[in-house]
Amino acid sequence: MAEELPPLVTEEMKAQVGKESAPSTSELDNTGIRMFARSVGHTDPIYYDDAAAKAAGYRGIVAPPGYLGTPVFNPNAGSRRGPGGMFGGPEPTRPLRRVLNGGTEIEYLDDICSGDVLTSTSHIASYEETKGSLGEMLITVNKTVYKNQLGKTVAISTGTSIRY
Amino acid sequence: MAVTWNDVSEGMSIPELKKNCSTQQLVLWAAGSGDFYQIHYDKDFAVGTGLSGIIVHGALKNAFLGQLVHDWIGNSGKLKKYGCSYRGMDFPNEDIICKGVVTKKYEEGGEKLVDLEVWTENPQGKKTTPGYATVSLKS
Repeated sequence: MAEELPPLVTEEMKAQVGKESAPSTSELDNTGIRMFARSVGHTDPIYYDDAAAKAAGYRGIVAPPGYLGTPVFNPNAGSRRGPGGMFGGPEPTRPLRRVLNGGTEIEYLDDICSGDVLTSTSHIASYEETKGSLGEMLITVNKTVYKNQLGKTVAISTGTSIRY
Repeated sequence: MAVTWNDVSEGMSIPELKKNCSTQQLVLWAAGSGDFYQIHYDKDFAVGTGLSGIIVHGALKNAFLGQLVHDWIGNSGKLKKYGCSYRGMDFPNEDIICKGVVTKKYEEGGEKLVDLEVWTENPQGKKTTPGYATVSLKS
């Protein structure tokens, strides 16, 4: 008989679900967008050339899919570990030391272009416990909402991390 | 010419996008994305974590799927939503074929929309990064 272990998710963890993190800032400029686009291998000039982007109806060089700006680096701050950080917040009842990136989703609600400054807040949307080929797993879904400098929500990203 | 909504039919495949990452491209991606985890460019480090060697970043494959869809819709369409799961590892100097199939064509909220199944495939034909996308198109 398999022994019944208590749940991985503690009451303290459950209390974190839905709690908003402190805001983070990410910036988009021509250099950063071009670097991202080049590293993917994009060939559309809207990702490189201001005139081409404007001719296509955008305010400026366009953020390619998957790029939500470069977080502003602060050498004197710890890494970003609010509630929702992969290793941040309260720990499960049994240690899970390894982590896999399970997946990503981005929903776009408006254009994101060079010159934009995005402010994002994250929260844990859910915890789920499961057993798989890797044994006991804790699946954490994080949601991050990005607003631009005008206060408009431009993207919502959902990340799934698997701890095991 | 960019695709129009009228051109689209459910079940149709979109043009493939073939990728094959050099380790140099992974270093470019590290700089472009800000993901500097060493398993993606330092072979000794990667092997030390139990991997057989350097692996391609999951988020880069996600970005490839974004390019696949963008190259199909061009600038007359908009990518509304896309996502993927990381189910298998891919390695440098091996083909990563990005593919997509239209699963649904519909109108909603005054927009002409198309849902797609998208994925990356390794040389053995395994879908290492299954995903989906929703785009709006002009008619």
